[in-house]
Amino acid sequence: MAPIQTVDSEGRAYRNVSPGLRFFLTALLSLALMFLDHRGTYMEQVRTWLGAAMYPLQVAIDSPAAGLHWMRENLALREHLITENSTLRSQSLKDSAELQRLATLEAENARLRALLDSRARIPDRVVVGEILAVDMDPLRHRIILNRGSKDGAYKGQALIDARGVVGQITRDQVNSSEAILITDPDHAVPVEIVRNGLRTIAVGTGDLDRLSLPYLTRNADIKPGDQLVTSGLGGAFPGGYPVGTINRVDGSSNDAFLDVTATPAAALDRLREVLLVFQSADDAPPAEDPGE
Amino acid sequence: MSAPRWPVWLLVLLALAAELLSLPVALQPLRPSWTTMVVIYWCLMWPGRFGVFSAFTVGLIVDVAHGSLLGQHAFSLSLVAYVVLKLHLQMRVFPLWQLTLSVFALLTLEAFAVLWIDGASGRADFSPGRWGPVLAGALLWPVAMAAMDRFRERLERRDSSFN
Repeated sequence: MAPIQTVDSEGRAYRNVSPGLRFFLTALLSLALMFLDHRGTYMEQVRTWLGAAMYPLQVAIDSPAAGLHWMRENLALREHLITENSTLRSQSLKDSAELQRLATLEAENARLRALLDSRARIPDRVVVGEILAVDMDPLRHRIILNRGSKDGAYKGQALIDARGVVGQITRDQVNSSEAILITDPDHAVPVEIVRNGLRTIAVGTGDLDRLSLPYLTRNADIKPGDQLVTSGLGGAFPGGYPVGTINRVDGSSNDAFLDVTATPAAALDRLREVLLVFQSADDAPPAEDPGE
Repeated sequence: MSAPRWPVWLLVLLALAAELLSLPVALQPLRPSWTTMVVIYWCLMWPGRFGVFSAFTVGLIVDVAHGSLLGQHAFSLSLVAYVVLKLHLQMRVFPLWQLTLSVFALLTLEAFAVLWIDGASGRADFSPGRWGPVLAGALLWPVAMAAMDRFRERLERRDSSFN
């Protein structure tokens, strides 16, 4: 096709080289890319590099939030720091009292497990990671962490905060990693109810303060206020971490299943720091299998 | 001979940053897709320097930034660029309200292309949240266009290589 010579509104001449042909080419190329990205693992390495190349921009976008955080910490008033210090001190006292109780329980648990001849639970190791203030996609709940394969983070690793399960890592880049929150519509976490050990699956809804439990039949023993913890089935999440609290059980529809929702335990809407959980000794950094 | 292209990529970078900037949860559904608006603007104003291939490149960057399927936004943005390039002579003489309506149509087209690919890859999500950015983008177009016009006209006045 011959280039079309056009003159624009201000009299400048330019050549508008057949956009139709070019669109045809880019459409073919993007369809091929999408096919490769969706169907296989061919693009995994490429996406890791591209994601790593994106990291400086993400850090730059995060910098105002990080600066504000820094200012709040460094320019705080003395009285404020003193009150904060005393609350933290009393909190720490309470926590260590709890821990003493936990230590005896843990010892007892280990003894009982030994009696039952079952494998002792290996305590999980954690590393603190920071979330960059970058919104990736309003429809999906994805976050960027400042820990990557360099720090031992790996794909599928569980993330928790002080109150409960946050999500898991979906892509490890060198200096950073991409993670999915438990409330993303594409995410499901195996849970069990503390009160009676009933196991089910909690699915994200796309809403930061709501999880859905769609696989509970009408006769399931569940009621509002029940605590959900990870069941440890499936292997992605270690067992026993709080996931949420049931806030609504609705059997009014004529479905075979109950309509159950839960509130996540973790403060997903104001996260800044998360803990990366290393489930067993052989997962601990330096991780040996980044090529999964 | 060829005019410098850095202003094009500067605006793309700014748009990308504005798109990724963390907003309060209440405002998130109304975050306009700035990159699409910048692509429309450059195809409209500098079609000799910004075409389908540039839009494709922008789309790839957006895909990496959003963590979406690689090629998804590359496709939707090259589609938008193609339509704008075909119609840019008409669109330039539109009065502002008519141009804003066309931008609304283009943003809707882009959102539909993205929705279609989401559906084809098994991630269909028909939540109304998808249309918030379209509406916000159309509402903000007059302001965004005025700002980008100012930037472009200043460049063209100061440096004749942009003409």
